[in-house]
Amino acid sequence: MLLPAGFLDSFSGAVDFIFNERPSVEGSTQVGGLGQIWDLTQVHLELSLAAMAAGLLIALPLGIYLGHRGRGEFFAVAAGNAGRAIPELVLIAFLIAFVGTGFLNLTIALAVLAIPPILTNTFVGIRQADRTAVEAARGIGMSERQVALRVELPLAAPTIMTGVRTAAINVIATATIAPLAGTLTLGDFILSRNVYGDEGVLAGAILVALLALATELGLAALQRAMTPKGLKLQRAMS
Amino acid sequence: MNAASFLPLAQLGDDFFSDRSEASCIRDNGAFCLDWVVDNLDRYVAPTQEHLVLVLVSVAIGFLIAFAMALASHRRRWLVPPFLGATGVLYTVPSLAFFFLLLPITGRGTDTAIIALTAYTLQIIYRNIVAGLANVPPETKDAARGVGMTDRQMLWRVELPMALPEIVAGVRIATVSTVAIASLAVFAGGGGLGTEILDDLTFRTGVVVVGLILIVMALVFDLLLVLLQRRLTRWSRASDAARGVGSSRLGPLRRPAWTGR
Repeated sequence: MLLPAGFLDSFSGAVDFIFNERPSVEGSTQVGGLGQIWDLTQVHLELSLAAMAAGLLIALPLGIYLGHRGRGEFFAVAAGNAGRAIPELVLIAFLIAFVGTGFLNLTIALAVLAIPPILTNTFVGIRQADRTAVEAARGIGMSERQVALRVELPLAAPTIMTGVRTAAINVIATATIAPLAGTLTLGDFILSRNVYGDEGVLAGAILVALLALATELGLAALQRAMTPKGLKLQRAMS
Repeated sequence: MNAASFLPLAQLGDDFFSDRSEASCIRDNGAFCLDWVVDNLDRYVAPTQEHLVLVLVSVAIGFLIAFAMALASHRRRWLVPPFLGATGVLYTVPSLAFFFLLLPITGRGTDTAIIALTAYTLQIIYRNIVAGLANVPPETKDAARGVGMTDRQMLWRVELPMALPEIVAGVRIATVSTVAIASLAVFAGGGGLGTEILDDLTFRTGVVVVGLILIVMALVFDLLLVLLQRRLTRWSRASDAARGVGSSRLGPLRRPAWTGR
């Protein structure tokens, strides 16, 4: 593919921005370099982790309960569909215009994004847990709670993790526009071109993309680790 | 638009009482100033049109590419994992980063926005087409083979029609997501309804109006696609009725509400 002549220059400029500090566009402060990048990455991760933790804390128990009881299918599935339709920019603007900015408010807003995929996948995963295994568990005298937590939950783990991956990617992507609401994440490099310049913007885009990909890979590995051996065997045989 | 809205009551002019309905609502940054919306509806027409174009073009191109990929990997199963991996990477990169990664190559503008939005639809649509084709019952394929169909005939007359519900489900998800993500196209210089939000992030009525337009747009697209699917799969309901599905030993239709999610 023939790239425009300036492409390699922009790219190496962005790499330079990542590794070396430089004066900001108006020259008043030093920007870029690994130090600032680490600071913003930390905030980005803290915000995303807080939102994911809040989302998991709400969606996981609710999904397990609804799935185990077989109740609220419409609710659990509709939540997943509605979640996909939430525009990130409107969510952040809603926060700014109505609720207020700051770390806590952003965490709540991002948790709202994290809940639907986790809830839907938990519900579906628990519902679709192998009925014979569930009956066998009841047969050996497990209580309903034990059936849900020790049989259905492990069997649903891969499906739940798919929802967690979707949620995490959405949260990290949306945390990128968090600087609009006053919390400086890696997205600040992208959004504040007047401070960081074109090379800073491109560096920010590269870093955000890498962060999302690393998260996805890490969670995919976790998903494999959490899949019960029995399920892997079953899949290998079918 | 209304940032300095904290004037003490004494400083408010006479017009506060004479034009209470609209001006004061805007001045107080009301949650939804209906009169203002009615008076300013025309400012949302052009961004809505841009938004529609972004969504329609991206999903259409995305569908064509994903469909071609699905056909290519249909008889060459070894292509499925690399295709899923490649579209997965595109799907994972946050849209904002995607726009700015493209910037040095394609510049600012609608094209850049459409390329990024198209890349997003690929994973969802491709995965659903592949799953739909894989779920065609082997008996059905054997029967098609038995009446002497070639591979090509079987694909177009049996496998794709049977996979249609899942294919449409994929297009529905992709379309609804794209309606939402296209509001970020403004950062790529691609216009759309995001412009109206970014214009003034603190303007409550504006945020609500754009949110409502986006929700309605997503719902209408979803509804149209459901209707399209019904129309395209009339044969399936006819044959279900003829077989008396529900009373047959096959049980209810193998299509729970969350199919294709």
